[in-house]
Amino acid sequence: MTVSATATAEALPLEAPVAEQARAIRDSRPLRLITCGSVDDGKSTLIGRLLWDTKAVKEDQAATLHRDSGKQNDLGLPDFALLLDGLQAEREQGITIDVAYRYFSTDRRSFIVADTPGHEQYTRNMATGASTADLAVLLVDARAGILEQTRRHATIASLMGIRQFVLAVNKIDLTNYDRARFLEIVHDFKEFALTLGVKQITAIPMSALKGENVVYDGRAAMPWYDGPTLVETLEKATTRSNQTVGFRLPVQRVSRPGESFRGYQGTVAGGSVKPGDSVVILPSGMVANVTKIVTFDLVRNAAVAGDAITLVLDRQVDVSRGDMIVAIDSQPMTGRGFDAQIVALQPDRIEPGKRYWLKSGSRRQRVLIEPVSQLDLKTSKWGTAERLGMNAIGKVHLTFDEQAIFDTYEQNRTTGAFILIDPDTNNTVAGGMITGRRSELGGIHKDDQRVLLSLPADLAEKIMASELFASRRQDVDIRHTTVGRAAEILGDLDE
Amino acid sequence: MSDIRNEAEAKQNATHKPPLDPHLKALENEAIHIFREVAAEFERPVMLYSIGKDSSVLLHLARKAFYPGRVPFPLLHVNTGWKFAEMIAFRDNIVKEYDLDLIEHINPRGAAENVTPFTHGSALYTDIMKTESLRQALDAGKYDAAFGGARRDEEASRAKERIYSFRTPDHRWDPRNQRPELWNVYNGMIRQGESVRAFPLSNWTEVDIWRYIQAEDIPIVPLYFAKKRPYVERDGMMIMAEDPRMELLPGEVRQEGVIRFRTLGCFPLTGAIRSNATTLDDIIAELETATVSERQGRAIDRDQSGSMEKKKREGYF
Ligand SMILES: Nc1nc2c(ncn2[C@@H]2O[C@H](COP(=O)(O)OP(=O)(O)OP(=O)(O)O)[C@@H](O)[C@H]2O)c(=O)[nH]1
Ligand SMILES: [Mg+2]
Repeated sequence: MTVSATATAEALPLEAPVAEQARAIRDSRPLRLITCGSVDDGKSTLIGRLLWDTKAVKEDQAATLHRDSGKQNDLGLPDFALLLDGLQAEREQGITIDVAYRYFSTDRRSFIVADTPGHEQYTRNMATGASTADLAVLLVDARAGILEQTRRHATIASLMGIRQFVLAVNKIDLTNYDRARFLEIVHDFKEFALTLGVKQITAIPMSALKGENVVYDGRAAMPWYDGPTLVETLEKATTRSNQTVGFRLPVQRVSRPGESFRGYQGTVAGGSVKPGDSVVILPSGMVANVTKIVTFDLVRNAAVAGDAITLVLDRQVDVSRGDMIVAIDSQPMTGRGFDAQIVALQPDRIEPGKRYWLKSGSRRQRVLIEPVSQLDLKTSKWGTAERLGMNAIGKVHLTFDEQAIFDTYEQNRTTGAFILIDPDTNNTVAGGMITGRRSELGGIHKDDQRVLLSLPADLAEKIMASELFASRRQDVDIRHTTVGRAAEILGDLDE
Repeated sequence: MSDIRNEAEAKQNATHKPPLDPHLKALENEAIHIFREVAAEFERPVMLYSIGKDSSVLLHLARKAFYPGRVPFPLLHVNTGWKFAEMIAFRDNIVKEYDLDLIEHINPRGAAENVTPFTHGSALYTDIMKTESLRQALDAGKYDAAFGGARRDEEASRAKERIYSFRTPDHRWDPRNQRPELWNVYNGMIRQGESVRAFPLSNWTEVDIWRYIQAEDIPIVPLYFAKKRPYVERDGMMIMAEDPRMELLPGEVRQEGVIRFRTLGCFPLTGAIRSNATTLDDIIAELETATVSERQGRAIDRDQSGSMEKKKREGYF
């Protein structure tokens, strides 16, 4: 038998001088990741092992873990999953029920990890974890291979915008470190991932329990694998931001502490803003200019996606909670009909003809849902559907009483996301991702015909402030340029 | 004091402060977002204020979230009558300096029946003076949302809690049926009598809290810094022996030593640590090499695995 340093629970500490470590962690926002996959594949054990090997488990917690573990395996190792499965019901049943959030860091980076349940009944809690993740660690039991639940989790993760996957082929110790089996599972998964459009996959053979290829390499047991460990992969993963898209500020509240001050408070959901920028308030379509960005610390000269700010405009406009302040030259879609994909999360089905509450950002409005199709996880094909049962992944039409404001989820993970709330129970019954606006045809325009106008800026501003313009804004392209350049472009078209 | 904080104050806030690093900035933004969302969606929010380091950070974030306006909800201090004297002095100072509304509640049953940590044991004492007392105060104020400074890294059942944590009319938490919570879209819809506990610091760790206190120069109770203080050893903990109600048991001796606290609660139940950390730099350095968790010093959290969940189900924060 080979015994490597990685197979013991008393592994060496990660070496890095404290000062250097602190500096590295501060350089970026934490990477958010989830573990997912079918029930009992070792997700909680893996995160427990990760915490253990990165020294995130303190002595008193380790003592409690040893006490609670009892005799659970022949290796004399504690039951690492107990570091995560903190609810009494979870400990009694030996499964994860709800998502646990944990925090750890290496000398390179800090991480927020969400350990999600594999049990199908608790898919909603997996979706909760997936919605904010940058990366998914998808576990597969090397003996069982890819199961329907594995495919469900991979599909939900991908729908929710996760592009980076680690395929952790776990419990490899129980296959005698069988390389052929590992390659077979990787092949199966890559084939399936193609249908999801997922391309970034790092496959790692792993023993979560023994800590092989988690933080420490498993070379002693698997000399045939020379790829990265899990932690090496996580350290190199990228976080993403909404900074390169158009400016979006969903208004959370209007601050009016006195006659002389009126500010719009919210978190920038896309792009950036600075004093002097022209903005449009949706859905009213009013135009204004930014005069100040106020924060507690100082009056700032710019704010970017993610910043919680207070915006002051140059004129009296009607703005209230639920409105969105956006860049004048890069606006979201507005309208009453949208297409979306949703994940149904509760035993009560999503019914056509029922009016739900939809909340997106700070905006809550009534919506009718019309299910169009449902994904069959066995065949990866979309079939027709009239209602969506628990855990179904479906395509739906959304119809609103009033104007709604969205980007596609593809373009903006904040302004393209929503939840559905059942007005009878007040529970969150679905998570949704906008795929596009449905055009409300009518009128006499031909679909692909366009008109270019060249107008003085002040006249354009007046037209853009109109109700009609506001309702069709997403169909319009706007560029600022000089008189000369405009004449040139129009001249080119005449030729 | 005027309602509008003026720009001179803003400039003063800004002096000597380098910008926050991206990690703390992300945590701060998230917390401010939660504060604003709850304040906008609920009719009667309240902020639980326990005077400890997490409460200090929470309060600082609340002031930032609503600047240049006032904090638009009251602070609620559920007092037990057994807090460190320095905590109460600190609290009163802060409330005055920042122009805050403070509500203090002490369970009248505790006083009437003379419930103390010495006579009733830590479990029953906590149940009456903290859990029951909190329920009384929340009912009395008809609050539909209560902010708390709990962090998920504190304890295994906390790690499972949502940012908007739904409570039934009798304040119970049902960990098996939590609402899904996707992205940062929070579901604040409740019926009459139901409520939500909101946790803006959910994703913060203990080190984050200290780094933020340092970066933002947030005032904290001096008990967090090492100093020569009187104590007795009891149940393996160093308990401060300063309050006249702290009677020595047979065999106990009053000692003096340089000690400090990693967490603050009721003095008879909070253990000090031996430490020479007199500055924030010292505290952070100490934390980064600490081998035990912060809960170690708290009698009420040590009872057994699962005890926090049980208390939370019954309405404890
Ligand atoms: N031999 C071996 N056993 C493992 C390994 N990883 C996990 N296990 C065992 O598999 C069982 C299930 O592990 P968990 O971590 O609870 O699985 P899970 O995926 O979190 O399960 P759910 O959250 O309920 O879906 C436990 O008994 C673990 O000790 C491994 O790499 N090798
Ligand atoms: Mg698990």
